[in-house]
Amino acid sequence: MTVLQATSISQSYSNKQVLKKIDLKLNEGRIYSIIGPNGSGKSTLLHALSRQVKPTKGDVYWKEKNLYQLSPKKVAQELALLAQVNDPMDLTVEQLVSYGRTPHKSLLQRLDEKDQEIIDEAIDLTKLNALRKRNVSNLSGGERQRAWIALCLAQQPKVFFLDEPTTYLDISHQLDVLEIVSRLKKTMDVTVVMVLHDLNHAASYSDEVIVVKEGRIYGQGTPKEIMNQKMFKEVFHVQSDIYEDERDGILRIVMKPLINFNDNQSFFKERRASV
Amino acid sequence: MSKKQALRDRRGWKGFIIVFFAILLILSMLLSIRFGSVNIPLSDILATFTGGIQSDFQNIIWNIRVPRTFVAVLVGANLAVAGVLLQGIMKNPLADPYIIGVSSGAGLAGMIVLILYPHLPHLLTPVAFIGATIVAFTVYALAWEKGIAPTRIILAGVAISAFLGSGISALMVFYSDRVQGTIDFMVGGLSARSWPQVEIILPYSIIGIILAIIGIRKMNLLMLGDRTAKSLGARVEWIRFSMTAVATLLAASAVSVVGLLGFVGLIVPHTARLIVGNDYRVLLPASIFLGAAILTASDTVGRIVFAPIEIPVGVIMGALGAPFFLYLLRRKMI
Ligand SMILES: Nc1ncnc2c1ncn2[C@@H]1O[C@H](COP(=O)(O)OP(=O)(O)O)[C@@H](O)[C@H]1O
Ligand SMILES: [Mg+2]
Repeated sequence: MTVLQATSISQSYSNKQVLKKIDLKLNEGRIYSIIGPNGSGKSTLLHALSRQVKPTKGDVYWKEKNLYQLSPKKVAQELALLAQVNDPMDLTVEQLVSYGRTPHKSLLQRLDEKDQEIIDEAIDLTKLNALRKRNVSNLSGGERQRAWIALCLAQQPKVFFLDEPTTYLDISHQLDVLEIVSRLKKTMDVTVVMVLHDLNHAASYSDEVIVVKEGRIYGQGTPKEIMNQKMFKEVFHVQSDIYEDERDGILRIVMKPLINFNDNQSFFKERRASV
Repeated sequence: MSKKQALRDRRGWKGFIIVFFAILLILSMLLSIRFGSVNIPLSDILATFTGGIQSDFQNIIWNIRVPRTFVAVLVGANLAVAGVLLQGIMKNPLADPYIIGVSSGAGLAGMIVLILYPHLPHLLTPVAFIGATIVAFTVYALAWEKGIAPTRIILAGVAISAFLGSGISALMVFYSDRVQGTIDFMVGGLSARSWPQVEIILPYSIIGIILAIIGIRKMNLLMLGDRTAKSLGARVEWIRFSMTAVATLLAASAVSVVGLLGFVGLIVPHTARLIVGNDYRVLLPASIFLGAAILTASDTVGRIVFAPIEIPVGVIMGALGAPFFLYLLRRKMI
């Protein structure tokens, strides 16, 4: 079932067009990765889909209702966004996560037992139990990212948007985050839309990949349909070797720059020698 | 269970701090009524309040000390709340009521009255209030572009303030013989403030503080960052706008009554933050009590150190506030 649909959305800032007539359909319970070079409009697309920034043209539909005509609070009960950058927070993990219940509460309502259970579950899922009383600003990068993810989980979203959730983390924390995300899909049927930089992660953790190039959708499909040498060359300007791993059937991608820097180095060496 | 208890314990501690600040406030109010050019014995103060025996000091207490103390309390609370809101809205530790142009607006408007129309002193407060509000909204409008960006507001505020500041200086140059009468207003002082000033500021204090209390949860959401706040269903632009308006009214009413009193809106919120943390549920009441207490106490000090000469409270705030601020800075507490 289609949960989110974008019809010909464009986004402009001043006179710069960042998104150009994008059409997109996202189905329930799938993991989507958005990939593309820096500045291609990935975050902007994510923001348009998650009701952060209204597109200058076109509409986004949440289950046939216009997303931007629904109340922000109602939308917040269904969609959650993990922002690309989060400031350090002077709050304990538990306090931070409890903010996730905000959209489900009226102005004067306090958190009850059920909210507390949901908060505990979010903390469990992100393996933060031992750290729940710690101040978020004192956590390591990976732990902090998990705390922010737990905040989004406490929101109990149907669609979870993540903007480069792994970018500043070391590899084991990157995989932690990706495992949490893929478990969400399996256990709670959450639809996941994430911007990823690591193309191998995109290949192994997503059901579908959305390739963005210069504000347009270059293509959308399963990793096997969409990830090929031509795409890598046209979108990312790299040479690539792609093969399917026999053990798990997942694509492995090895990339090389189009320009060969080694040649340049020997060029410099020669020049230095001649001076 | 133990986790819930730990949470309550911490709340208990924070509750204690709020009560402590409230007691500080009551003490400083008592001192403010007790000391001045004449010192009034506590027994006479109590007698006057309980309506018991007639006191010789009744007149001074009711017509001078009590209203002046109230003005100090309300101005202190207003500026502190305005500051604590603006720091959260602008996400800038240096944001204070003056950064949005309130002081330069009130300053220029006030100076025009004091220098060009010195025979119309009753116009000072309303004109200063109007000046403060107009300039604050001008700054806001200039900073607007698809919602407001805090840095744009701060830069627009600085530019406008510099512009209006040169107007103030020009007035002072052309009418240097009349500058004397403006000093109290320019540094912020409470001398001769009485019931009429209480009446002016009280409605703004009540409405502003109630609106700020209503905004507590929203301010907490803003603290999480714009994206996250939006993702949690907050109307970020609306919160920014409405809370800036609340802060403007609070600061403008305070400034129009006491003049350009600096630092309260900057120092009090920082100190309160340091002690109780960033949760506005605690931070707001803590700032209200602390702001009111500090201003009332400073005014009392200004009245007694060089009596019978009265030092404007703005001078005391600057003299004590600035070193304290630097101390916080050195301790890396800000
Ligand atoms: N608020 C904004 N104002 C002006 N330009 C913006 C804004 N947000 C994004 N852009 C521009 O849009 C382009 C795409 O940005 P973004 O979506 O963040 O790219 P990506 O996430 O793919 O790196 C960039 O060139 C960026 O400078
Ligand atoms: Mg981005």
